[in-house]
Amino acid sequence: MSQTWFAWALILPAILFIAIIVAWPLVETVRLSFTNAKINSESYVGFENYAKLMESRKFHQTIIRTFYWMILSVSIKLLLGLIGAALLNATVPGKALFRVLVMPPWVIPIAIGMIGWLWLYNGHFGILSGAAQFIGILDGPFEFLAYKSSAFYSAIVADVWVGTPMVTLFLLAAMQGVSKDLYEAAWVDGASRWYRFRRITIPQIMPVMVSMALLSAIWTFNSFEIIWILTEGGPRGATTTLIVDTYKVAIGNFKFGQGAARAVVIVILLAAFSGVYLFFLEKVNRRYGTK
Amino acid sequence: MIDRYKPWQIVLIYIAVIIFLTFILLPFFEMFMASLRPLEHLFRSPYQFWSDDFSFRAYVDMWKTVPLLGRYILNSIFIASAVTLITLALVIPAAYAYARLDFPFKNVSLSLFLGVNMFTGAVLLIPLYRVLRTLGLLNTYWAMIVPGVAFLIPTGIWLLRGYIQKIPVELEEAAYVDGASRLYTLRRVVLPMAVPGLIVVGTAVFIGAYAQQFLFAVTFNQIREYQPLPAGLFEFIGYQSVTWNEMMAAALTGVMPVMVIFLFLQKYLVAGLTAGAVKE
Repeated sequence: MSQTWFAWALILPAILFIAIIVAWPLVETVRLSFTNAKINSESYVGFENYAKLMESRKFHQTIIRTFYWMILSVSIKLLLGLIGAALLNATVPGKALFRVLVMPPWVIPIAIGMIGWLWLYNGHFGILSGAAQFIGILDGPFEFLAYKSSAFYSAIVADVWVGTPMVTLFLLAAMQGVSKDLYEAAWVDGASRWYRFRRITIPQIMPVMVSMALLSAIWTFNSFEIIWILTEGGPRGATTTLIVDTYKVAIGNFKFGQGAARAVVIVILLAAFSGVYLFFLEKVNRRYGTK
Repeated sequence: MIDRYKPWQIVLIYIAVIIFLTFILLPFFEMFMASLRPLEHLFRSPYQFWSDDFSFRAYVDMWKTVPLLGRYILNSIFIASAVTLITLALVIPAAYAYARLDFPFKNVSLSLFLGVNMFTGAVLLIPLYRVLRTLGLLNTYWAMIVPGVAFLIPTGIWLLRGYIQKIPVELEEAAYVDGASRLYTLRRVVLPMAVPGLIVVGTAVFIGAYAQQFLFAVTFNQIREYQPLPAGLFEFIGYQSVTWNEMMAAALTGVMPVMVIFLFLQKYLVAGLTAGAVKE
């Protein structure tokens, strides 16, 4: 009994903090989503905001774009992270240094990293366009962020750049946790390095991979600063994901009610995605009996 | 002993590592190069890989172009430090409870904490703005500190909990048997043993706090004197022209504090952050 009281006393400050700064605003968001709140006015409108969203083709496209953004970016992050971790796990001289050099994109503020990418993507003065012209791929300057599809994929590359270090780090740690005995036993039996990687490393780090995939998916879905600083969702909406759309409507146009409805949609979609992901994960695990 | 790499394999590994690191470090390299070029040479097309007049002038001039630059950097450090201290103060007791004690709704409440990771400040900006206004915190340092703490608490609890679970419980039991109170045991037995874990969590929180200031700063604070670096940097974008070279110089100077902390503590940090990821 007294342990229960003591435990709750220890947790209470953190809970209160979250309740005021996260939970209450969340409840408020749900309430606002049923109103047409603007800066100084607010009245109840029922499901009108949601009805509008359901009808809006633009919003449907934004949802599709957001999932495309998330799935593409997370896939590349996982693939690069896996390759990076395998490289950093190789026992070659200098690996300690390589490990440190992978981390800076995660260490520095995203906003500052994006200033670097803004400059890289500059058509006239950036090194990417410059190098492409030098090699002869491009005839003239190319503004990476000025065209719809190049802006989208450029933003993906920047997002991958931000997210890859963390994935690499966790997969590397998982690889180092794999028992050496497994490798040696396989080696004695004559298994090649590639075979060992496929049949020992990959299955052993799978649990970390799947949890990293979900975490990374949530972060990528919510990725705001990267897109906002690079393109503000443009050109012509090409990089507008749900979170950018929400920000534009709520903060840019002061339509708090409509913005809140979008925020609620984000929360529902993310919760649904996580739920489905975990459900299938459970099924797959049970079927193949992996831990 | 297991097979070694053949020379050509080692060469291949190094080539791949270099390609990988080029992608990771290219923006930093290009920011540094841009910071060394005089402004008129920066705006030279076609692109030049080398200029013969590289100089560190931007690192001197930037303090004049944006007079508050030093203040912005100090603000960033101050805000991140305050966030770290407050987060630790909230996280230490909670992490201890989740690591050591049994109580009703333990798993439910822990899941709810972790669920906070699903939200970002960007989703909750408007109600958060109103909450901060009600509390009278808008346009103060608190406007950036308080939301910062809230979004770092869950990760902090998760990381520190994992660390405390690894401390042998026998010491606590011994102190307890000797008649020490629970709070005393936490303070005098558990905390000293958890110092390495606290360093890891503290560093991770500091880096997170340093990184997340932009959105909260531009939304909740209008007072220039309180602005942190990521927001202040955009002052280099002037009405007439952007002094890119100085902006890059300022950006690189501004990330120094967090980079230095990372370099000093990276060994512990990398091991500690990933401890939970590895099966025992």
